[in-house]
This record gives sequence, C-alpha cells and structure tokens, in this order.
Amino acid sequence: MKSLLSLTVNGRQRDDGVAGNLLLVDYLREVVGLTGTKIGCDGGECGLCTVLVDGKAQHSCLTLAASCAGKDIETIEAMSDGGRLNAIQRGFHEKLGAQCGFCTPGMVMAAEALLRDNPDPDEDTIRTEMASNICRCTGYVKIIEAVQFAVDEIKANPNSKQEAA
Amino acid sequence: MENMPAFRLHRPETAAEAVRLKTSDARSRYLAGGTDMIVNVRRGIEAPETMIDLTAIAAITEISEISGGDGGLRIGAGVKLSDLAAHADLRRDYPAITQAAASVAGPTHRRYGTIGGNLCLDTRCLFYNQSQWWRESNNFCLKHKGDVCHVAPGGKRCFAAFSGDVAPAMLVYGAEVDLKGPNGARTIPLVDLYRDDGMDHLALEADELLVSIRLPKPVAGTVSGYEKSRIRGSIDFPLAGCAVRVTMDDGKVADIAIALTAVNPSPHIVTGLDDFVGRPLDDDALDKIREMVRSQAKPMLTTTVRPWYRRRVVGALARRLTAKLAGA
Ligand SMILES: Cc1cc2nc3c(=O)[nH]c(=O)nc-3n(C[C@H](O)[C@H](O)[C@H](O)COP(=O)(O)OP(=O)(O)OC[C@H]3O[C@@H](n4cnc5c(N)ncnc54)[C@H](O)[C@@H]3O)c2cc1C
Ligand code: SF4
Ligand code: FES
Ligand code: FES
Repeated sequence: MKSLLSLTVNGRQRDDGVAGNLLLVDYLREVVGLTGTKIGCDGGECGLCTVLVDGKAQHSCLTLAASCAGKDIETIEAMSDGGRLNAIQRGFHEKLGAQCGFCTPGMVMAAEALLRDNPDPDEDTIRTEMASNICRCTGYVKIIEAVQFAVDEIKANPNSKQEAA
Repeated sequence: MENMPAFRLHRPETAAEAVRLKTSDARSRYLAGGTDMIVNVRRGIEAPETMIDLTAIAAITEISEISGGDGGLRIGAGVKLSDLAAHADLRRDYPAITQAAASVAGPTHRRYGTIGGNLCLDTRCLFYNQSQWWRESNNFCLKHKGDVCHVAPGGKRCFAAFSGDVAPAMLVYGAEVDLKGPNGARTIPLVDLYRDDGMDHLALEADELLVSIRLPKPVAGTVSGYEKSRIRGSIDFPLAGCAVRVTMDDGKVADIAIALTAVNPSPHIVTGLDDFVGRPLDDDALDKIREMVRSQAKPMLTTTVRPWYRRRVVGALARRLTAKLAGA
C-alpha cells in the first residue's frame, strides 16, 4: 500500500507515492535517483548513508521515507557551492581525506552537520562528533585534517555556504 | 531492500491515537528513532504488519519541571539522546544520566535515537543480533524461532543481556515511568518496567506506550556518574556499564545507589549497599563494593568477550567510579 509523501530534497519540493516500508536511502537512490548516498552495512554500523534531516545528521538506512513527511532532506548532491566544491569537499580533496572514496559522502555530510552546529570544533570534538562514520582506508588522520582545512577555509571566507546555512 | 517486510506505517500525532492504532493490529510495533527497531526488522527479527511511528507526537518531546508535589523533572519518551545529554539542568543535577546518554552508540545515532527507545531496547546476544541467514544456519535460538539456547543449551531460559546505557543511570535516581495503554494510564517505578528474562524483559502490558519518565528532585550534595566498558570507545554497546549515585555527609556515606547494565537480562540495582551508610568510603569499603557488584552481575556468553572479563570489569568500574565520586 502506497501513500503520498511530500517533502523537500535538496531544496526541491517533491510528491511521491511510497510504500510504508521504503527506507529513506532506497527512496533517495531508487526513486529520486540520487546515488551519491551510499549503503555500506545492513543498518546503523557504518555511517555511509548519512544525510541531513532538518539540518541534523541521520542514517538514511534506518529511517523510513514516509517518516520524513514535511521534512527537509539534504544529500551530498547539494553540497557543492555554485558548481564548485564546497570547503569541506575541498578539504577532503586537498588533504587526501578520500582514498577509495566510498565513505566520503557520509563523511562530508557528518562534517557538514558538525560545522553548522559548531563552526570551530577542536580536534577532539571532530573525532567524537564524527564517530558514527567508519573509514577502512585513511586511518582517519587525513579525514580530521580535511575537516580542519574546511574550518580554516570557512573562517577565512565567511560567505561560503556553511556559514550562510 | 531484501529483508524489509511489507508493513503499513501510521504517524499519529497524539499518544492516545498511537495506542488506539497499536491495538488495531496484533502484529503492530512502536517505532521511535528506529536505531534498534529498523535494524531488527532488516534482520528478520521483527516482522510487523503495522508500524506506529511515534516521531510526530509533539507532546512527548519535551523536558519540563513537574509542578506541585515534590517537584522533579519529566522527560518525554520522544526526547532525543543528544538533547538529553546536552540539557543544562540535567547535567547539573543528574550527571549520571547525561553521561550515560552521551555514551550511547555514536553521535549520529544520538541525534535521532530517543530515550523511550533506549529504555525499551530489546535484549542483546551474540546469537540473536545477527542477520537472518546467520541465525538460520545456526538453527535460530530460543529467543526467536528456535528451540535451543546456544549460550546455555541445557536450559529453557534466555540470558540475552539488557544493554541500554541510560536505564541504570535513571534507576539510581529512583525514576518512575508514565505508561499509557488501552486500559488507561499508570505510573510505575522504572525498576518494575524490567523482568529478569532475556526473552520477555519488559513488563509492559499489551500495546502499552511509554509516555514519559519522572525524576525526583535530587538531594542537595548528591553526586553521580556513569561509566561503561566497550570494544570500540567511539560507538559500541556496553560490555558492562555502571551508574553510581552517592551522597556523603562529613566524610561518611549518607546514601548510595549503584545500578548495572549489560551484565544481566534486566538492568540491575545492586542490593546490600545500606551496610555502607554511616561509614567512610575507604579502601576496605571500596573493595567490598567491588566484590558485591561482581557477585551480583551474572554475565553469560552473550558477547564476543568472555563473561569472566565482564564480571571483573563491572566490579572495577563500580569501585573506580565510587572512589572518584566520593573524592576518595
Ligand atoms: C551501531 C549501533 C550502536 C549502538 N550502541 C548503543 C549503545 O552503546 N548503548 C545503547 O544503549 N544503545 C545503543 N544502540 C541502540 C540504540 O541506538 C539506542 O538504544 C537508542 O536509544 C534506541 O532508541 P530509538 O528511538 O532509536 O528506538 P527504536 O529503535 O525506535 O525502538 C527500540 C525499541 O523500543 C520500543 N519503543 C520505542 N519507543 C517506545 C515507547 N515510547 N513506548 C514503548 N516502546 C517503545 C520499540 O518498539 C522498539 O522495540 C546502538 C545502535 C546501533 C545501530
Ligand atoms: S541467550 Fe540463548 S536464547 Fe537468548 S538470545 Fe542468546 S542464544 Fe538465544
Ligand atoms: S548504510 Fe551503514 S549506517 Fe547506513
Ligand atoms: S576512503 Fe575508503 S572507506 Fe574511507
């Protein structure tokens, strides 16, 4: 049985018929066609599927699409800043925070959520606040540096996207 | 998704409507943040035909002061763990609770996982929290679909451990819970929400909803804390967890409470601590507390870590935390 789901995805209003058991991650990937959000485990372990729901990080693999009625969903596809990589994405590029890249969309979204709440986190805060996200390649050091790069970039250029949000 | 059974989803906006919808189908389940429920659905452990999503019920998402009576705080079951952990009054007056909330899972889980889901969390076991094919190839187990317990094969009891972090921290404060069911509302001590049975560990009546938690006003001079042992410090369930609340008066114990998690099928309030009232918490007393905790913890082989280790650790946690709080 399908019901009508109205919500916004990356700023666009949508109305879709969805089944009650459809996961948000499958809705984003299969219905909306946004395949940037990845699936890395059978539920809640890895953080690859992290998206923002009303501005807060949430696992799209443990969230039902229909529970998001009226909410505002943001995915990795909305992160670029006027066609350019945003500060966090540039950090992952410059500091080699992505190796195979599979964890990167989730990492970027977790970092985005963190920097919106706390634009100047210390290293300890970055470590604890991104602890729901697993990376099998980098050993995390480069990921922390990527986020620190973004913090400095945003400080130097306060009009970039994170500050405005 | 391969393992997602078809179900109807309801999003009631009041607790009364949630209970009404819940009673309409025998195979219905409540869903809060879903950080445990959806995992279990995906693993074929839960197969509801109707899911009652509680996240649209605004009235259960608040923390407020209880007016009248002896005061205290009321915490809605829908309060997110991150909001609970960050709440200024709670951090000041009930530190064990905010420390426990801040230690649940990882930061993303805490942002949408709720306190209601944490208190009603299913019990956990190495042989149970596995995928459908894993459990099937092991002939399932007593708790779900099978007829043998792989932890204690001779018996007919399930030893799956209650592994929520926040329950022990609320128990040391004598918390109560407000429940609402088809037969009306009732308030019971939190300790009575639990049963010492891994298969059926909640004393909720059919379709009963946890609406809120009541915390009595803390006694002036009371200190408390929560510590857990886990495999990865960043994210895991407790292998053993311990909450301590103590009030000292002139170097002597005026009141002490200790509660444990993850070492029994229900969170456990340590008994026999009255013997320490009126005494200083010296090394002798602390050693005795450690041994009492160890003898009351009954960990079984429900995690990858051996029971003897969890028993030793839970005693060590209790001793260390008590010593720290008492300034010993
Ligand atoms: C990787 C990972 C690590 C985790 N680590 C920990 C940990 O360290 N410590 C820990 O305590 N937990 C841990 N969890 C479990 C879980 O995230 C938390 O316990 C969380 O608080 C559950 O809340 P929820 O709102 O997501 O509950 P849900 O999953 O929605 O519900 C859990 C159960 O409670 C019932 N329920 C929910 N609300 C109510 C209500 N109001 N009335 C009656 N029944 C209700 C549901 O029917 C279900 O049976 C972990 C989970 C994952 C995926
Ligand atoms: S303790 Fe035994 S019955 Fe209970 S979940 Fe584990 S294996 Fe199954
Ligand atoms: S896919 Fe692993 S946490 Fe969602
Ligand atoms: S870069 Fe490969 S998993 Fe993180």
